Amino acid sequence: MSKPLEQTTWQEVELGGLLREPGSARAYRTGDWRSQHPVWTKSRCIRCGVCWTVCPEPAIIEEPGGYFDMDPNYCKGCGICAKECVTGCISMVPEEE
Amino acid sequence: MAKAKTKPARFHREGMEVSIAVSHAVQLARAEAIAAYPITPQTHIVEHLSSLVADGQLEAEFINVESEHSAMSACIGMSAAGARTYTATSSQGLALMFEILFIAGAMRFPIVMTVANRALSGPLSIWNDHSDIMAARDIGWLQVFVKNGQEAFDHTVMAFKIAETPSVLLPMIVNLDGFILSHVVEALEMPDQELVDQFLPPYSPRHVLNPKAPVTMGAFAMPEIYTEVKMKHQVTLTNAAGRIQEVWDEWGQLTGRQYYPVERHLTEGAEILLLTMGTLTEVAEIAVEEMREAGLPVGLISLRQWRPFPFAALRAAVGDAKLLIVCDRALSPGGAAPPVLAEVRSAFYTQAQRPDIIGYIIGLGGRDVPPEAFKDIVAKAREEVTTGPTQEFHLYGVRG
Repeated sequence: MSKPLEQTTWQEVELGGLLREPGSARAYRTGDWRSQHPVWTKSRCIRCGVCWTVCPEPAIIEEPGGYFDMDPNYCKGCGICAKECVTGCISMVPEEE
Repeated sequence: MAKAKTKPARFHREGMEVSIAVSHAVQLARAEAIAAYPITPQTHIVEHLSSLVADGQLEAEFINVESEHSAMSACIGMSAAGARTYTATSSQGLALMFEILFIAGAMRFPIVMTVANRALSGPLSIWNDHSDIMAARDIGWLQVFVKNGQEAFDHTVMAFKIAETPSVLLPMIVNLDGFILSHVVEALEMPDQELVDQFLPPYSPRHVLNPKAPVTMGAFAMPEIYTEVKMKHQVTLTNAAGRIQEVWDEWGQLTGRQYYPVERHLTEGAEILLLTMGTLTEVAEIAVEEMREAGLPVGLISLRQWRPFPFAALRAAVGDAKLLIVCDRALSPGGAAPPVLAEVRSAFYTQAQRPDIIGYIIGLGGRDVPPEAFKDIVAKAREEVTTGPTQEFHLYGVRG
């Protein structure tokens, strides 16, 4: 659907709400829901990738050098990565206004 | 007429149980995919279909599932893959399908389903009434009722053609009264395969699940678009009425059996009209004929098409009758009226000239309705017109 949803008329809706464009949910930035976000302390990170594995979105990106950071567009701030981190190097920090 | 000349080669007459006739209709329609779970009184239909598939007489995928919830889910999957899809159920089975029924309608899959109508538990009852389908009134499917085995056969074949029309693409239910119809042996006129093939071409779906041309079916809808999707469904379902009549007319040309959304029996000059659905119609016909002979100006109209509701056809059939007696086979506890009565009253609310409308609920949970019941109801309703309404509706024959 080329038109934004809020401008689409009922006549223009695809049969049965069908979507032709794959991955259209990507346009919906679930990162807006976040009230806190993970912060990695690199000195204690052993680059094991547990945070990357357990992230349900997945919204953790592996950076050059094997360290990790969140994808701000999709991280909902659930805190599973901080809870599961083997060395406790991830802390959840409240979003600033 | 020309019909008589071509008939011998294209039809044969055979006596059989109505459930078996329905399964032959599905066979002649060349259904490609069936998923079903047995439930009384529908079981004979899918049991026989299963035999037809096992014996190689119907080339279809038959999936035995563990519940009706799975049956309808499997039907959606098979329809999404582009197959002509069929299932049948009753009562508790329909109730167990409930959430998936809405999805089939909203995703616009032309699945055809027979519902052998049966009372919902509790108390547990295996016998007929319409409480199962009336609870599933708003699922967004096309829905018709039939009064005898021939109609059950005809409407099963026609349902595929109606549902698969590119401008329609909606699932369709053919309602037939459990036991009263499903288990009755009747002589039917069966068309040959060639005639059905001419009438019903293979299904060509608009979209199919295909990895080479991926689409998303059944996606979630944000508040910005949900209302528009619903509007499209509503308009399409309402407009399907035109196509339904077209298909019925075409079948009428081929078989000599013509169907309408609202049908009339002895309505000429009738001041009092009974309104029935399903098998009650044939019983009421007997009662109306006898009342006419006795000099009472009584006629009968029967509602074949339940969704979309045929408002204009109903008003035309009622004409300037003074009293309309609506017979429901379901109760809406605590509501304004049972389902059919509520709909009929709505149809006349905006009309300057309208009949007195009185509602009777009859035949719940398999209670027998003989012709005498209709005569009694007519007498009671005529009395009520003179004394003024005593209740919103009546439960006929209830003791106490």
